[in-house]
Amino acid sequence: MKFKNTVVLGAAVAGLLATGYAVAQDQFIGLPSYRVGPYASGGSGIYGGWIDYMALVNERDGGVNGVKLTWEECETEYNNARGVECYERLKSKGASGNSVFQPLSTGITYSVLDRVAQDKIPMVTIGYGRTDAADGRVFPWVFPMITTYWSQNTAKIKFIGMKEGGMDKLKGKKIVNIYHDSAYGKETIPVLDVQAKKYGFNVIHIPVAHPGNEQQSQWLRVRQEKPDWVILRGWGVMNPTAIRTAARTGFPRDKIVGVWWSGAEEDTVPAGDAAKGYIAAGFNVAGANFPVIKDIQSNVYAKNKGNMEDKSRVGSVYYNRGVVHGIITVEAIRTAQEKYGKGKPLTGEQMRWGFENLRIDNARLKALGAEGFMPELKVTCEDHEGSGKVKFQQWDGTKWTVITDWIDGDKSIVRPMIEESAAAYAKEKGITPRDCSKES
Amino acid sequence: MLYREAGQFKASYQEDQQIFTIRQDRIGFWAILAVFFLAVPLLANSYWLQAILIPVLIFSLAAIGLNILTGYAGQLSLGSAAFMAVGAFGAYNFMLRIDGMPFLVGIVLGGLSAAAVGIVFGLPSLRIKGFYLAVATLAAQFFIVWALVKFPWFSNYSSSGVITAQRIEILGFAFDTPVTKYLLTLAIVCALALVAKNMVRSSTGRAWMAVRDMDVAAEVIGIRLLHTKLQAFAVSSFYCGVAGALYAYTYLGTVEPEGFNLDLSFKILFMIIIGGVGSMMGSFLGAAFIVLLPIFLNIAMHSTLGGAIPASFASNLELIIFGGLIIFFLIVEPHGLARLWQIGKEKMRLWPFPH
Repeated sequence: MKFKNTVVLGAAVAGLLATGYAVAQDQFIGLPSYRVGPYASGGSGIYGGWIDYMALVNERDGGVNGVKLTWEECETEYNNARGVECYERLKSKGASGNSVFQPLSTGITYSVLDRVAQDKIPMVTIGYGRTDAADGRVFPWVFPMITTYWSQNTAKIKFIGMKEGGMDKLKGKKIVNIYHDSAYGKETIPVLDVQAKKYGFNVIHIPVAHPGNEQQSQWLRVRQEKPDWVILRGWGVMNPTAIRTAARTGFPRDKIVGVWWSGAEEDTVPAGDAAKGYIAAGFNVAGANFPVIKDIQSNVYAKNKGNMEDKSRVGSVYYNRGVVHGIITVEAIRTAQEKYGKGKPLTGEQMRWGFENLRIDNARLKALGAEGFMPELKVTCEDHEGSGKVKFQQWDGTKWTVITDWIDGDKSIVRPMIEESAAAYAKEKGITPRDCSKES
Repeated sequence: MLYREAGQFKASYQEDQQIFTIRQDRIGFWAILAVFFLAVPLLANSYWLQAILIPVLIFSLAAIGLNILTGYAGQLSLGSAAFMAVGAFGAYNFMLRIDGMPFLVGIVLGGLSAAAVGIVFGLPSLRIKGFYLAVATLAAQFFIVWALVKFPWFSNYSSSGVITAQRIEILGFAFDTPVTKYLLTLAIVCALALVAKNMVRSSTGRAWMAVRDMDVAAEVIGIRLLHTKLQAFAVSSFYCGVAGALYAYTYLGTVEPEGFNLDLSFKILFMIIIGGVGSMMGSFLGAAFIVLLPIFLNIAMHSTLGGAIPASFASNLELIIFGGLIIFFLIVEPHGLARLWQIGKEKMRLWPFPH
């Protein structure tokens, strides 16, 4: 009896593993999503937007040059080990294997960094992940696209300089960096220190222990220090708490600048009125008035095929970020198809070429109905970041309003640091960096 | 039928003292080992090796470590993941900073650094017991992860605070494919499990169990409490440390301190509770249950049902079923899966004459 049960169970497992293989001629995209746990609001919004965009491409255009997009979700729970399992599970599905892996978690990014190079599957980390992977010579398979934490940080200082009336006015100013006490939070400390030296401002780093739902002492210290600006490098529940505590200690919210993981509706709405005036960076903007979002509404949601259960979230920061993921993925497929043959599913290697030669200019963005929605993108063999631009948005109490144009990061500061860090990694791992002049 | 023991006599002390005293058990044990050492590498694909078998083996080792401390020596600990982190970062630093450090020595040194840290955090166990000790080990959990993030030396000044495991090479042979990594993990786990099994059967283990059952009585019969408890902490942390080093080297490749968080410690604790507190076999069963069930549920929910139910609902349903099954098993058999097997085995030994 026991044996029989085991056989039945084994057969069931084998059957489960065998299903889900798509029909040939489809491009498979594995989605290592997370819809439970502390960061579920981000995960459900971003993967929801991404899926909706792919559904739009299937519904409206019949796929990319006739190649339908298929996808399958795998729940990672934002857990590294589960992420690795998802990566392994998804990697060989579909007609030509998984086209791209985008885990939306810096921890999972690190956990599969070696595997993607081995299995020849590109990994795209938009606005998170390993900063020095922007050096494509050392990391051919990893694309930390649009902007890295370091670029964004220099853009923030530029923004603060703009507000102060010029970069030379930063001299003698005081900036407090409130950060999530983790590898993620500490990542911008060196780049801030370099800038403090360059522009002559004082920077004070104040850590907040995970999860950050108690920040009285940190903000009392802010009050003692009387800084001109506060940079908030928060995560999850830490953000609304920071905004509320700032209000209670009387620090003006329009002098707080958040990272893009601190700048969604999920961060400001729980803080209530306290969040009014709060500023955050973003490589995509909020709002449902873009043609691409309207297309999704009329082609996907009108046919009841939308992914979001809460339809009011369509057009929110996280949702739109998911649409950016979708646009980049689909455009990379299109780029690669132009080289390797239209109407054919692509392998991971061909997809990598597509990402490395991705060019999305304003004309293309306009054609996609996403002008001003995300920055222009030009990825090269050396530079896997491709843009480095962010916009700043301010919370007016009910919605995010864009207050700047695209602001570029300071490449003269960031690029040498990226190259130095990548070279150290290459040396440790014994990697010989690619010669980009020989790439086609 | 399976267990016909007629004719099996023990004629020497040696025979009486072996781990498996029944011949059928011995045959079964060697058959299982043969399957995992010979058949699995030939048959399993890289998904099974890398995503299923290697993590189960590594977590079994960590569960053995915690079982030694909690199951045998009776000291509740919530710091297992932190000791894994010490092992991983320890092994990494030994291999990074000492040229030509052999892999196995590096792993052992990583385990020994975890043991040293374990002893330090085990010191309060002489004065505090039970839940209070759990809180003290909780301090270890938070302190160690904090220290690894705080002092960049541990991660070789990497800006993101992560470490990337070096290549594994033993006597010139590179372990870089899933099969070789699996076999290496399996060999280390089997060797350490054998050592642990023998430790708990010897005077060392008996001293631990005496302390667990009643420490005053143990002291009266001449067991040195401090010595025994710290020994349990050291051995347990060593096992967790080696598991952590394997987690970094044969499983993930790149690890960050936050990966070894309280959740992981709880997971390891659940493994021994579900598997069986104070049982070697329970460590393996519990690790398999906790690692595999969520994956199985996820495949069932997302791959098979696919678009039939909304993804958020499916993900939450998985957690609900997982939690429900844990409660179910604890009600049906509070002593864990190992006890379930033990009961089954007793029945089989008596069958077909249960009375």
